[in-house]
Parts: sequence; C-alpha cells; structure tokens
Amino acid sequence: MSAEPARDGHRHPSVTDPVARAHQAAYWRANIRYLGVLLAVWFVVSFGFGIILAPYLNAFRIPGTGYPVGFWFAQQGSIYVFVVLIFVYVVLMNRLDRRFELDEGEDA
Amino acid sequence: MSVRLWTFALVAASFALYIGIAIWTRARSTKDFYVAGGGVSPLANGMATAADWMSAASFISMAGLISFMGYDGSVYLMGWTGGYVLLALLLAPYLRKYGAFTVPDFVGDRYYSQVARVVAVVCAIFVSFTYVAGQMRGVGIVFSRFLEVDVTTGVIIGMAIVFFYAVLGGMKGITYTQVAQYCVLIFAYMVPAIFLSLLITGNPIPQIGLGGTDQASGMALLERLNGLQQELGFAEYTSGTKSTLDVFMITAALMVGTAGLPHVIIRFYTVPKVRDARLSVGWALVFIAILYTTAPAVAVFARTNLLANVAGKPYADVPEWFHKWEATGLIGFDDKNGDGLIQFVGPDAVDGTGAPVPNELRVDNDIMVLANPEIAGLPNWVVGLVAAGGLAAALSTAAGLLLVVSTAVSHDLLKRTFRPQISERGELIAARIAAGAAVLVAGYLGIHPPGYVAQVVAFAFGLAASSFFPAIILGIFSRRTTREGAILGMVAGITFTGWYIVHFALLHPELNSADHWWFGISPQGIGTVGMLLNFAITWTVSRFTPEPPAQVQVLVDLIRVPRGAGAAHEINA
Repeated sequence: MSAEPARDGHRHPSVTDPVARAHQAAYWRANIRYLGVLLAVWFVVSFGFGIILAPYLNAFRIPGTGYPVGFWFAQQGSIYVFVVLIFVYVVLMNRLDRRFELDEGEDA
Repeated sequence: MSVRLWTFALVAASFALYIGIAIWTRARSTKDFYVAGGGVSPLANGMATAADWMSAASFISMAGLISFMGYDGSVYLMGWTGGYVLLALLLAPYLRKYGAFTVPDFVGDRYYSQVARVVAVVCAIFVSFTYVAGQMRGVGIVFSRFLEVDVTTGVIIGMAIVFFYAVLGGMKGITYTQVAQYCVLIFAYMVPAIFLSLLITGNPIPQIGLGGTDQASGMALLERLNGLQQELGFAEYTSGTKSTLDVFMITAALMVGTAGLPHVIIRFYTVPKVRDARLSVGWALVFIAILYTTAPAVAVFARTNLLANVAGKPYADVPEWFHKWEATGLIGFDDKNGDGLIQFVGPDAVDGTGAPVPNELRVDNDIMVLANPEIAGLPNWVVGLVAAGGLAAALSTAAGLLLVVSTAVSHDLLKRTFRPQISERGELIAARIAAGAAVLVAGYLGIHPPGYVAQVVAFAFGLAASSFFPAIILGIFSRRTTREGAILGMVAGITFTGWYIVHFALLHPELNSADHWWFGISPQGIGTVGMLLNFAITWTVSRFTPEPPAQVQVLVDLIRVPRGAGAAHEINA
C-alpha cells in the first residue's frame, strides 16, 4: 500500500552519485536564495508598506494622483508587485534550471 | 428590451455555451476527470484558475464590503491575491513535479501514513463544503433579484447546470467551461466599472480613475470621499478603524489559506510541466488582479454615489432602482424622525446642538455591484450582463469545489485507502456518483444556508491555513519532517483554530469583540496563529522522532528538481 517514490530513483543519477547530489544541492541553495529575496519584497510591499507603515505613508500622496501612498500600496500597488514577482521568479527559475541542466527539455 | 428579457437572454446564452463546452470536452478516463489529462496550457489553466478562485463573494460581495470598510477592506484585496505568490514560489512547481491527483495523495505519500491521508481528506471535504454553501447563496440572490423566481427554484436551476458539466466533464469539462466563465464574468465586471469611472472621474480606466479627480467637485476623488465620510460621522475612508495587528493577522490568514485551499492547489496538476505550473500561477494572478484592482475603484464610486446622491435627500425623490431593491429587503429606509429625509450617518454623527443623529438607511453589502449599473443609469443589457457574470462566478467556483469532494471520495478514500483493487472504470463511475451526491448536498446547503455564512467561510480559510499549508511546505523544504510531526501539527493547528472560531463566532457571539479576543486578534485572523502553532509543533516533534524512511527522503530530493516530471500519474500504477 505504501508509495514507491524510489521507483524513479533507480534511474535517476542524482540519488546515488555524490557529484550529482552536490550539483543538486547547489541548485537548491540558489533556489532558496531567490525565494528569500522575492518573499522579502512580497512581505515589505504588503505587510510593510500596505499595513504596518500605511498610517505614516498616508501623509504623502503619489504625485499627480489623489492616492495616499499607504492606501495605494494596500489596495493597488501590492497586487501589481505580486504579479511582477511571480513572473520574475518564472524567468529566474527557467534560467537556473537550464544552467544546472535540470530543466525538463522540450518534450519531457 | 426590458431588464428582465435581457437578463433571461444573456443568462440562457451563457448557460448554453457552458453546456456545449461540457459535451465537447467530456472526460473519458480518470486522468481526464481528475486533472484534465494533464495537458492544459498555462494560459488556459491560469484563466480557469481565476474563474475557479473568484467566487460569488469576489464578484458580488467584495466591492460592497470594501465600500463599507474603506481601508480595512484591504485585507481581502491583499489576502486573496498575495497567496498566489506563496503558491508560485513554495507549492505549485513541487506538487506538479510530484504529479499526484490530489492534495491528500501528496500528504499521505510524503508522510508515509494512511492516518495523515485520511486527516487530509476530511479537511479537504470540510473546507470544500463550507465554501460551496456560500456560492449557492450567491446563485440564489442573483436568481431571486434578476429572474424574479424564488431562491429555491434558482438554486435548483444552478445545481442542474453544475451537475451536468461537473459530472459529465470532470476536470476537463470544468477547466474549459471555466475559461468561458472567466470571459463572461470579467466582461460583466469591467463594463459597468468603466462606465462609472468615466461618469465620475472622466477617465475610462477605473484603476486610474480611483486616484483621479472627481468631476462634480474638482477635488481628488478620495479626498472628496474622505470629506463626505467625516461630514456624516463615518471614519475617514483611506484610514480604517481595525487595529494594525488584526489587519496583519487577517491578511496573513487569508493569504496562507488561499495557498492551502485544495481546489486551488489541484489546478496546477493539470499543466504538462513544472515550468508550466510556475507560469500558470502567474497568469492566474494576472487574470485575478484585473478584477481585484478594479474592485476598490468600484467600491469608492459606489460609496461616493451613495453619500452624494442618496444621503440627506428626500425619500420622495429617490430614483427607481432604490424601490426595486427595497422590494428584495436588501436596502431599507426607516424614517425615525419623520422628516421625510434619508439620514444616512455614521456612529459619530451629531446635529447642530450636539445631539446624536440616528441612522435611517440600511444597505446590504451584496447589492453594491449588482445595483451599480442601475444607480449609474446604464443601459438594460448591462444589468443583464452583470447577472450572467455573477452566476458565472458562483457556478465556476462551485464546480471546482465539487470536483475536490468527488475526487476525495473516489480517489483518496476508495482507490488509495479502502478499495485499492478498484478498476479504472469503477473509479470513474464512483467519481461521477460522488460528484452527483455532492451537488445534492450543495443544493441543500444553498436552499437552507447555515447561519453565519461569513463565519463559516472564514472557518474554511483558517482551517486550510492551519492544516495543509505547514504540512505541505515542510514536506517539501525540510527532509527531516516526520509523520508524527505532521499529523500532530495538523491536528493541533485545526483544533486550536476551530476552537477559537467556534468559541467566539458560534458559542459566545456576545463576547465576539476586540475587548475579549486574544491580543485583539479576530476569529478571521486566528488561522495565522494556528498556522504558526502547526509549524512549531511539526518542526519540534520531527526533531524527536525517527527520521523518515530513505525512500521518502529520496522522494523529497526528486520533487525539488524539475527534470523527470511526467504527466500526473498514479504512484501505485
């Protein structure tokens, strides 16, 4: 009844070969670094600018509009940044996958 | 043509479209039924995810809620979009690589435990049913107002449509139907918003109009609204009244809850590759953001209209839409001082002598979006379009949730737990029967909605946040996480969150205020605390229990790299 995750493992070099293992660990560290930076931005625009600092930022207006800065981050800006973050992550990871030759190829 | 005729025509045309798509794309295998054959393009999947995600609450209620809450409404805007960043970065690519059919599949295999699997199944079913109840209420509201049939008939018509395409088409039918439903709902949402923005600010783009100038007064629109709010004794619109900690906690609970909801997660099993899963989340958020950045503009336009054109005016002069909505009981005027004027004032309002002024107008949040076209005097076809859009939003979400329930029964409970020898054909039949039964239960919940619908939905988010999210994240990011840690963490997270919500929302509603809450955290935001508790317990217990078997650790290594992802598959096959 138990799963057989090792099924793929037999023919997967990263599981048995120490060089492949180190290679994969380096890939994973690079991934974690990207995550750290992107999630920091995610946190700062929403919880930082949109919530914690909003009362102070509301004293300023976005030039040329009627938006108080904190209010804009909470109801518009953070959402735009979220979208951009995901696409940045997609591009970064596609590059990283190719660099480490761990991508899926064209017809995986 | 009258409003009623337009509504009938547009609703009937959109339903015919959904049924046509369902027949064209019906499922022929369990793989079609569960994950649409795993061959959906990232763009189409993103659009379907957006329709799946944006429910009657997003389409009908959200703008009205924000309109009423002002800055505090930001919790919904950030909470229901920020979770997609977590999904894209922390969940979707890895779960796609793993390639199972369901969330309990992953939890059961990663934690090498049938107990963990069953706990996950129970959570998935409970979360999905509480959610569905809210959708069906939305269907009822739209039908009763626009088609002038009673709510029961309306719900039955809606259930029949969902039954048809969810049972016949499974995930494949649902996905392509949802693409069509997204187009209908976003068009229906944007048309009145653009008209209103032009009317009020002279700019056709609502997101810019919101920061623009009010045509009537020449002031910045938000500044004018803040002024009107304070004149009438309400809090300033752009500042809000909730405590910062509570806003923080609610936003976090909604974000994490979003990333933990099974009907959202399973969508990313339907794309062909890991990189498609990442991209697909991005597209989903683009399509969601179109509505979510428009909603705060609609909220401000509606609020300004209400304060400028209804508040303080004689009841005898109110426009026709006011009387139409009065008939549904969703707007009400009670002339307490008998002066024939509509006093619409906030809790701080005082008259010239300093005596408090009673409020005489009651407006249900749910009518803001639905009544907007009429308030703005837009053509009849726009009113009909909004009805079709609201139904598209409610039906697409209901279908996605029903699929989770049927999959949980036929795949997780029958195939993976109790009847592993079941044939492919038998499993497909079981999935269809389970979907049919789930439709009936959802219909019943729609006709007899449980009290406190809002609390029940908050419960679904809190539950997802405090159960699935930590188990999945730690399962991917910490090889050392053990079965014992995950099970104890999930049970503790759910129990704590559930107890807090039930205690304040259901057992002691009289204590449900900031004075009695722990540290001023509302039941809506407590899921964040439950999630942290789950993380802490899972982490600690995992350090003191035997490490996971070697094959599970290999599985974790394999999930982390994209190479070698096949189509979504059966682990045991």
